Amino acid sequence: MSDNDSDLENTPEERQPPHRVIGTPPPVRGLLTEPGPGEGDGGGIGPYGPGGPGAPELRELPADPPNPVSARNWERVAAALFLISLLASCGFVAAYVALELHDRGDVVDAALRSNLALGSAMSLAFLAVAVGMVIWVRSIMPPVELTEERHPLASAPEDRAAFAETFVEGAEASQITKRPLLRRTLIAATVPVALAPLVLLRDLGPLPGTTLRHTAWKKGTRLLVYATNRPITPADFGSEGGMITVVPEGYQDNDEELAKSTAIIIKMAPGQLEAPTNLNWTVDNIVAYSKICTHVGCPAALYEQTTHRILCPCHQSTFDATKGAQVIFGPAPRPLPQLPITTNAQGYLVAQSDFHEPVGPSFWERG
Amino acid sequence: MSTSNGRLTIPKTLAKQGAELDDRFRAAKGLRTLLRKVFPDHWTFLLGEIALYSFIILILTGIFLTLFFNPSMTEVVYHGSYTKLNGVRMSEAYQSTLRISFDVRGGLLMRQIHHWAADVFLAAIICHLLRIFFTGAYRKPRETNWIIGVTMFALGILEGFLGYSMPDDLLSGTGVRIAEGVLLGIPVVGTYLSFFLFGGQFPGTDFVVRFYIIHVLLIPGLLLALISAHLFLMVHQKHTQMPGKGRTDGNVVGQPMYPYFMVKTGAFFFFVFGVLALLATFAQINPIWQVGPYTPTAISAGSQPDFYMGFLEGALRMFPSWTWDIGGHTIAWNVFVPALVVPGIIFTALGLWPFLERWATGDHAYHHVNDRPRNAPTRTAFGMAGVTIYGILWLEGANDIVAVHLQIPLYLTTEIARWAVFIGPVIVFWATRRICLGLQRRDAQMLTHGVETGIISQLPNGAFVEAERPLTEDEAAVLIAKPPAALPAARAVDENGVPEPALRGVRGRLQARVHEYFAEGISLAPPANGHGNGHGDGHAAIEGDGERATVGGGPAEVADGRTGEGGE
Repeated sequence: MSDNDSDLENTPEERQPPHRVIGTPPPVRGLLTEPGPGEGDGGGIGPYGPGGPGAPELRELPADPPNPVSARNWERVAAALFLISLLASCGFVAAYVALELHDRGDVVDAALRSNLALGSAMSLAFLAVAVGMVIWVRSIMPPVELTEERHPLASAPEDRAAFAETFVEGAEASQITKRPLLRRTLIAATVPVALAPLVLLRDLGPLPGTTLRHTAWKKGTRLLVYATNRPITPADFGSEGGMITVVPEGYQDNDEELAKSTAIIIKMAPGQLEAPTNLNWTVDNIVAYSKICTHVGCPAALYEQTTHRILCPCHQSTFDATKGAQVIFGPAPRPLPQLPITTNAQGYLVAQSDFHEPVGPSFWERG
Repeated sequence: MSTSNGRLTIPKTLAKQGAELDDRFRAAKGLRTLLRKVFPDHWTFLLGEIALYSFIILILTGIFLTLFFNPSMTEVVYHGSYTKLNGVRMSEAYQSTLRISFDVRGGLLMRQIHHWAADVFLAAIICHLLRIFFTGAYRKPRETNWIIGVTMFALGILEGFLGYSMPDDLLSGTGVRIAEGVLLGIPVVGTYLSFFLFGGQFPGTDFVVRFYIIHVLLIPGLLLALISAHLFLMVHQKHTQMPGKGRTDGNVVGQPMYPYFMVKTGAFFFFVFGVLALLATFAQINPIWQVGPYTPTAISAGSQPDFYMGFLEGALRMFPSWTWDIGGHTIAWNVFVPALVVPGIIFTALGLWPFLERWATGDHAYHHVNDRPRNAPTRTAFGMAGVTIYGILWLEGANDIVAVHLQIPLYLTTEIARWAVFIGPVIVFWATRRICLGLQRRDAQMLTHGVETGIISQLPNGAFVEAERPLTEDEAAVLIAKPPAALPAARAVDENGVPEPALRGVRGRLQARVHEYFAEGISLAPPANGHGNGHGDGHAAIEGDGERATVGGGPAEVADGRTGEGGE
């Protein structure tokens, strides 16, 4: 290695291109000193030496590993691994053909069975080849370490100067620098092109208008229990209890409306509801709040009955159901809006009106 | 390939074919250089390859998935082989994902490999980025490649998010809902952006097909172009290498591309593919049939995004509820800052770091030999501080899981995170810097006193001494490869004692102070015989106790002529 170092020290900065490769692997050190005869020709394959005619030919990679016995043993191991890979690939095909999906029994089990068989075969096929190749390169190929010179990344000063001149020459010939009228009108002409996407993308969607301010709830809209779509009466609640998700009647399958209108109703024990809950908007200690979290709109779906806390599982905003769903903790900025509810002539829970403020996350026009 | 007197005989057919091709393409010289291109060896150089091969596997499995996936939000009522969902309203996207999982042989495997590959892709990018950062491999001339890499990191996160949003299941739909809330939180234009992206109110019937074309064409195309540029620049500028004997800023030491690196990297491709197949076989990922199709009314407990979204999720959870209502408008700082400003700052800081560091160190020289992290204590400390911030955000993104497993009250985890995200990086910065300087001191000690062997011998007078052996040449070469730091003193005045114009005035003095802080380190003396990688030449043999001991050499050596590329 030391002779290599001294070689580097003495290397002049401007080396002849192409950058020379100097290899000094211990096993071939002897070869390095062996002068090759004559010039490289090579018939399509480039000359093997770095220099021009008369340069000594270098052999940088040893032809054979230093220990042929061990290489031969490793060759057998690698070959065995390649065969294992071949067998595993055959196994993959066999599993693909033999294992029908959902022919009998549980469909998930069948899919998982097929996944297990196909995946195991595929893993083995790839990993066996990978290990075999590593053995090939590490234990069968002769070890080698080469040193390659870095060539300067910066161009030679005269090349830079020539480039700069060519560039300026071209700019002058184009007249673009000398004729401001031409230049400025061309720039002006390109501005609309840059704005084109804004115009073309306008029809991606309607303008928001006031759609985010209103939901589907109207005076008299019945509250339907989510999923069963049955209307509900106060008598359906035994005593104070858990949280029920409700949707406005007529919009059970309308995802855009559900994304705004979904509400929760909770029955409290008498006297539990306090300000700022609007008691005129409750029926028989049943209170309704928007289910859409005022943070970023996840459904605030968790309710802890003992503490009367509503928790949004996304970012853990927590609301106090007894106190107008005020925020107790978390990133939500506002209480969940309260839905005014009452009962209709048939005794079903209905909305008195829409929410009195926009539901869900903040938006610029919310105000 | 027999040889006589060292010459190789070229097989006739090969020569003929080669000549035919070269007649047309004049490629012999260039290809010969490429075949003999030297690749340095270090295990951390494989991290980028993992990312590359994951990307290739993502494309392969992704093409398979597009053959069966139906990117449509048209509503259907399911009647299929997964009978538990029979009669349930769902989108065609979700239906076709069920079909891929249960009715297409190998479909579940491909889905799971694809999802795992996305996670491994981003994990590998993060590890690769950390390796590049902590070894200073982004320094001149590789700043452009660093910026390309940071861009790909950001694109990869977006690509992953779009990808797992497309099945339109309950979990992914919740993620899209959060994205909608984030869009709404953008001042002035947010509502419009949301309506344009979703084609109206959320969820609408458009987003899956829009995500689809961005996910399968736009971003992969961008990534492919950036990866090509990344690899081209890497080949053109050549690899960095780890410090060691015979390795200088003027050379590359390693194994040639052909045949060694080709076989190694081919093996590595199969390793990555094999491990991803193993994961897909034995580690279930995203079983969308368990959570059901998306509905805005419901949510599954313990909703977690993929890991690479975790830091954004954590920022959203952690940020206080600050919101302003001014003049009829709402500014949602509680959403806008954590979801957009925080990642904006993180990625901008990452992208600008090479230039910030160049300003801070005044080091404009070429660097092809990587730093050991300890030898750049201030950079390493900044990096660890950044890792700490990211890590706290990330943990907070799973704070409900942390709370359950560590039995900490849920809100306390958030309170801790809110403080830790500010205090943590400061402590970590300070500690990392001390540890780096301590490790440098240990290196200096090993160079001057040798290594403790653990062999105890008793002297005639009864005393015990431990035998020490000097470092081997290889070991010492690694230690003294520390590059000479930019010297504030040497930079501040020229040979006539006149301060550099750039370092006068308030800004100049500030820069000089920053230089000094960045340059702080322990001097590492080369072994007595002065034999090393050439970097030791100018170093004075200063004992390793004064931290402020200056390093010999100085700017003259920074712009060492050996690289042939210095500022001369």
